Amino acid sequence: MNAREKILARISEAKPDKAALSHHLENHPRGPQPMDFDDLKKRFAERALKLSSDLVEADQLNLAPGLIANYLQQRTLPMKGVCWPALNHLPWLDSGLDIEARPAWNEDMVGITGTFCAIAETGTLLLLGGEKTPASVSLLPETHVAIVDPKRIVATMEDAWDLLRRECREPPRTVNFISGPSRTADIEQTVTLGAHGPYRVLLVLAP
Amino acid sequence: MQNASLDFKRQVTVKLADEKLQQALSRLQSRFVEGRSAVISEIHDLQETRDAATRIRDRVLNNLGHWLLHFEEQATKRGAVVHWAETAEDANRIVVEIAKQHDVKTAAKSKSMVSEECGLNDALENAGVKVVETDLGEYILQQAHEAPSHIVAPVVHKNKEEISDLFANVHGLPRKTGIAELCREAREVLRPAFLNADMGISGANFLIAETGSALIVTNEGNGRLVTTLPRVHVAITGIEKVVPTLEDASTLLRLLPRSATGQSITNYVSMLTGKKKETDPEGPDHFHIVLLDNGRSSLLGTPMQEMLRCIRCGACMNHCPVYQNIGGHAYGWVYPGPMGSILTPLLDGIEKAPDLPNASTLCGACAVVCPVKIPLPDLLRKLREKQLALGLRPRQETALLGIWSWLALHPRAYALATRIAVRAMKVVGGKEGLLHRLPGASGWTDGRDFPAPEGKTFREMYRERS
Ligand code: SF4
Repeated sequence: MNAREKILARISEAKPDKAALSHHLENHPRGPQPMDFDDLKKRFAERALKLSSDLVEADQLNLAPGLIANYLQQRTLPMKGVCWPALNHLPWLDSGLDIEARPAWNEDMVGITGTFCAIAETGTLLLLGGEKTPASVSLLPETHVAIVDPKRIVATMEDAWDLLRRECREPPRTVNFISGPSRTADIEQTVTLGAHGPYRVLLVLAP
Repeated sequence: MQNASLDFKRQVTVKLADEKLQQALSRLQSRFVEGRSAVISEIHDLQETRDAATRIRDRVLNNLGHWLLHFEEQATKRGAVVHWAETAEDANRIVVEIAKQHDVKTAAKSKSMVSEECGLNDALENAGVKVVETDLGEYILQQAHEAPSHIVAPVVHKNKEEISDLFANVHGLPRKTGIAELCREAREVLRPAFLNADMGISGANFLIAETGSALIVTNEGNGRLVTTLPRVHVAITGIEKVVPTLEDASTLLRLLPRSATGQSITNYVSMLTGKKKETDPEGPDHFHIVLLDNGRSSLLGTPMQEMLRCIRCGACMNHCPVYQNIGGHAYGWVYPGPMGSILTPLLDGIEKAPDLPNASTLCGACAVVCPVKIPLPDLLRKLREKQLALGLRPRQETALLGIWSWLALHPRAYALATRIAVRAMKVVGGKEGLLHRLPGASGWTDGRDFPAPEGKTFREMYRERS
């Protein structure tokens, strides 16, 4: 017997009711859910700010680069960075931004991504990694800018899973829930923003 | 990790006298205990959610084989390689082999208590692989050659000044004093480690059977880096960590960070499924998942099975009056506090940790906060019974308890014995009414005096009044 067989042999379980177990898988029932949120966008914004993210709103997607440029300028951050190839079509240059569409490298200071959806309950973003949406863009740079479509704000993580099941055949290699800038409280349990990931996260709500 | 639980009693004395440690522990209490209570109430039906979480964990444990096989099937479909390890040594051997197979020279690691349980770093270093811990707390400990003292906040026993000195010493840079500066310095020192590592090692908070994914809960982002940049990713975790569905994981995720650090959600929750696809611009070419048993399967079907529900949030230790006073190192192994006092004897041998099941007042705070409702005090009590049955308690204690139980079953003898005892104690107590020494209870009287009875038993006084 190899290790696998030995471990499985030790797991002395009553004969599984296979039908019940696959029923659970197929129906994937939810646990207790939070109370309904009246206004998903409002709730999302409140929670995101609480997580130390910054937030601006654009009337249309094409105006997002201008708002991002403003934000970077105000904070004297570099006007240069990378974006998801999926966002290459936005008018970056017109707003004075020098943005390359590719995965992020260590030197990149600003990373601009979209979001698969956002979660109102906790103010969280859900990003899927993929060919046009590399995960490094939201991770390596010190500033992460995420464009969020207000129509794609869902109430809970469970709603996000349903959306994922509907729109993707299977989860991509990386599914990342992001809730504000990276942080650590390892030294004296004091929360410090900017650990190994971004120091700041700007959310741009844009349809 | 070597188990030093036999040294518990001596360690307690040392830790109680360690002023710096006492200060550090009071910080933990205020941040984590108050932090938890502030956010746990966001869950409006907390008890129902705890019940649901408990059912999820029980469902898995009652059919662990089934769910593990389903997980293995799904993970394999996506190109992950699943390994099964019976013991810590087996797990180490497997990871060393993976490293050799892929010609790995350096590994970057995010926090994993299971890897601490195995002593994985030493095994890799012995095989010539350089391992860098990248979680800030674990990195500090690696530089200081120390073990974690808490499962969530590993370096809780150290203060800022000690860390400043340590960094100045090992980094050779000007000494920083602010916490933010120290964090920035660690970030800058560690970035190259991520970029140059051949292998990333992570744990997994949950394994999702439905999708064959490993789910990792982190704040710093290092968990994302070690699973994205290196060409090989190894996730090592216990066999009990599997959960059936994404929804099940979501229920547990409502409780885990709130119970652990008082956060509604951690900064990152990363779900990793399979290896890099051809179209993926980044990600590891190889994904290995190591499932460690190390004594877990033998708890299934026993009264101790409930302990396997544990999701490693640390709330039980944060709320434990014993942990709050002695910290994690005194417990001698990887898992401290109430959960450790149960896991250490169960996983590493009951004879190796004789004091741990007794290192509790059974006040019950741990069971009240445990998100998956593990009856920790009951399990501690069961372990005490087992110790007694195996003859692992000191002879004097067993003898005294024997006398006590005989007396308790013989009311007349009990009345006589107590009558004699209270009178004798009153005499010895003298004018002060205090006993400085009690035969068989020196552990109690060494630190304080025992108030002497006033000369009559309860039953005598009761009779007088009625
Ligand atoms: S026993 Fe309960 S409270 Fe303690 S770490 Fe495990 S899940 Fe958390």
